[in-house]
This record gives sequence, C-alpha cells and structure tokens, in this order.
Amino acid sequence: MRAVLRIVLPIALIAALVGLWQIAASTGWIAEALNLEPFLVPSPAEVGDAIWNNRTLLWENTWVTLREILFGLLAGAAVGVGLATAMRFSRVLRDAVFPLTVAVQAVPIVVIAPILVVWFGYGIGPKVVIVAFAVFFPITVNLLDGLRAVDPEAVKMMRTLDASRWATFRRVEVPTALPYFFSGAKVAVAIAPIVALFAELAGSNAGLMRLIVQDNANLEIARVFAATVILIAIGVLLVGLTALAQRLVVTWR
Amino acid sequence: MRKDNSVSVAARGLSHSYGELRSLQRIDLAAADGEVVALVGPSGCGKSTLLEIVCGLREPSTGEVEAGGAAGATGRLAHCAYMPQRDLLLPWFSALDNAALALRNRGAGKAEARREAGALFERFGLAGFEGARPQELSGGMRQRVAFLRTLVAGKPVLALDEPFASLDAISRAEMQGWLAGALRADSRTVLLVSHDIEEALYLADRVVVLSARPGRIVTELSAPHPRAEDRDHAVTDPAFVTVREHALVSLREGAR
Repeated sequence: MRAVLRIVLPIALIAALVGLWQIAASTGWIAEALNLEPFLVPSPAEVGDAIWNNRTLLWENTWVTLREILFGLLAGAAVGVGLATAMRFSRVLRDAVFPLTVAVQAVPIVVIAPILVVWFGYGIGPKVVIVAFAVFFPITVNLLDGLRAVDPEAVKMMRTLDASRWATFRRVEVPTALPYFFSGAKVAVAIAPIVALFAELAGSNAGLMRLIVQDNANLEIARVFAATVILIAIGVLLVGLTALAQRLVVTWR
Repeated sequence: MRKDNSVSVAARGLSHSYGELRSLQRIDLAAADGEVVALVGPSGCGKSTLLEIVCGLREPSTGEVEAGGAAGATGRLAHCAYMPQRDLLLPWFSALDNAALALRNRGAGKAEARREAGALFERFGLAGFEGARPQELSGGMRQRVAFLRTLVAGKPVLALDEPFASLDAISRAEMQGWLAGALRADSRTVLLVSHDIEEALYLADRVVVLSARPGRIVTELSAPHPRAEDRDHAVTDPAFVTVREHALVSLREGAR
C-alpha cells in the first residue's frame, strides 16, 4: 500500500499542478493578473504543442547539451576516481595534491567559462571541460572519504590472509567506498546540467541554453518552456539512473 | 626455552607498550605443534595485542617472538591466520567467497578458490548456504564461516581472538563443541584469547592466566579434558571444576 502511494502520490500532485496551470493559463487569469499578452503565458497544452512542432530543432539542441553533460560527467568522474585512488595509495601525493584540488575547485566557473570560450571557441569542448571541472570535486572528496572509511580490523584480517596492498584495495576498500562514491555522483549529476547551461551562456553556437536565450529575446515563450521541460526531464533521468545504478551495484545495504 | 622444530609459537621476554602505556610485560610463552593454548585475563590486559604480535601485525617493544620458525614480522604473518573478535565477514561477498578469500588473495582463480573452500562447507554444517550473504546468516553460522576462512588460509598457527564473545550462551556452548570437533579433525597450533575460563579450559590444552595491565603471566594451568567429545560431561567433571577454581583464584589475584 505504501509502495503504491509512493508512486501514485507524486504523480497525482504533479498532474494537479499542471492541471491548475492549464486552467489558469488558458482562461487568461495569469496574463490578466500580470497585465501581459496571453501568448506570453503558454498553457501546458501549448507547451506540448511547441515540443511536438519544434521536435527537430529541440532534438538537435538537446543532443548538444546532453553530450556536454554526459562527456563532462564522464571526464569529471574519471579525474575524480583517478585522483582519489592515487591519493589513497600515496600519502605524499595526498598532502601535495589535496590543497591544490580544493583551490582548483574554488576557481569561479563564472570567470573561467568565458576565458575558455576565448581560448577554445564556441564548440562543445570548453563546455565539457567546465562540467568536468565542476563535478570532479564532489566525486574525489566523497570517494577519498569512502576509501579512508575502511575498517582497520578488516585490513589486518586481510593481511593475515596474505592479501597484497592491491588485493585489500580491490576487495575491501573499493566496496567500502562505493556508497560514498555514489553520494558524490548524485551531487555531480545534479549540478552538471546547470553548469552545462551556464557554459553555453558564456558563448556557444548550439545547445538548449543558446536556444532559450534566443527564443526569450524573440518572445517565443512557449518554446522556452518546451526547452525547460526537456531540461527537467534530463535532470530527473540522470538522478534516477544514478540511484538505480547504486541499487544495482551496492546490493549489500 | 630450547629451540626445536616441535615449537610452533615462542615468545621470550616479550614486552610491549603503546607510547607511555605498558600493555605487556616480560611474557614467556610457547605452544608446541598442534597444541591449543588459551590466554585468559581481565579486559585490557593486552591479550589481543599479544595475538597481533605473534601474527606479525605488530612488533614487540622488547623481547623475541617467533611463529612457525620465523622471527620477522613478514615471516610470522606468513605462518599465522588471525580470526578477529568480530567476524568481519565482507558483506559484499557470499559466504563461499568470504571463506575463499585467502586463496583469492594468493592469486587463485575464482572457480578454483570456490571449489576448494566449498569442499569444506558440508563438514562445517554450512551446506546450502554457499551463496548466502553474511547478513543473512545467524551469529553462529557467521562465526563458522569466519573460522572456515581462517582455516582455508592453510596456516600452521591459528590466532583466535574471543571467537564466540558475540554469541548468546547457548550458541556459544554449541560452537565450543563444534570448534573442539573441528580441531580434533584438523589439528593446528592455536592461540585462543578468551575471557571465559570454562571455554578456555574446555578448548585448550593449556590455559595461561594474565594479570591486569601491564599483562604478565600469573600462572599456567593444564586442562584435564581438552576438547572432549562430551562437552557437558567434561565441564562438570570434578577435575575440571577444581582447575576452574584455581584459574578463577589466579585471575582474581592478577586483577588486583
């Protein structure tokens, strides 16, 4: 019963809100209250129409933004996993690199995004770099915490069972760290789309943010909403897939 | 103490301290091949530290120690398998993969390691639970898997640190009988840390009573019926009860 409610309730709530918006927009109440032209306040049905009628354009731009997000996440995760592993194996490296990692993470993306556009142009490359830049830190820090959370007694036990440093890492430390890794990955996945949009804002020749900026200037508000709905769907999908991956991998909790 | 091949574990004048805190004081201890020696003493008397030193997980501050003829830490580590107080079964591995850990660590393939460890499951009363995760097993079964994991390592010396402390009284008595049977069938040199005198006197050939910190040896007692088949009979036998009284008196003296 609770399991059913947990699925039905949020869907019912969202449907109710969309319905409310439909009524408020199609009757013109919102436009009237804000003293606007009705076409500036599209109803959900009109947004749906905008998605369908502009599906090719939207898909082309979605594909660009999606690639920025996914490649950025992959690159950031690779750097995060590599850094955390290296820092786990070498104390010297950790002492040397960790402060730098914190400093790098503190560099405002708002500042470097336009510089990267100047250096590397309007393509997808600089966006991938910026997303990776933003997501590697939560992954590095969480994974490193996880690797260090290992039970010292379990390490002793492994040593008397003839485990090499690598065997202990692989069979005890990595599984211990996996739930921590996924905590970091969830943060990464949640911020990646925002960062990708911001990177496009700093200068781009394609992508959903570029489309939104253009459409907003041309008062194509229905299509702005359409792009927003797609972005929400991407965000929900990424978080959902990460949670699913965690459930499939971390089966012992 | 003479040095010969039948001596499996030997400590001479062994002391240890954690910084200022002295934990063990001039311990002389020997266990012959196939002998079970129990260490009993008040909490914090350094029993576990002594086990870790013998196993090569720590070095003594002064004194000598050897296990299986090896004096260096790496050599001792190669001859001892350590079963910690908590079972420390890895929750991400099945019971079978936990039992096979030592084989995998030495580079055996998964199938080969599973075959070798799995062959012992029947004898340990674990048949049918190979694929179970540790969290699905009862306390007694978990301890058996942990012991199996220690045994599969194939080391001549087993160091058991209060293996049944986490179990309730009934399962503990059951597991003691079970361990006695396992050791009758597969004789090893065992150092057993316990805070339960009855358990120590039943399972061990010899019981070494340690004092409160810093731990030093108060007395050594021979057990009348080590690992007897009928446990209930053995532990109520007058000879057993007399030795147990002795041990209790020594333990009280040492605790002061």
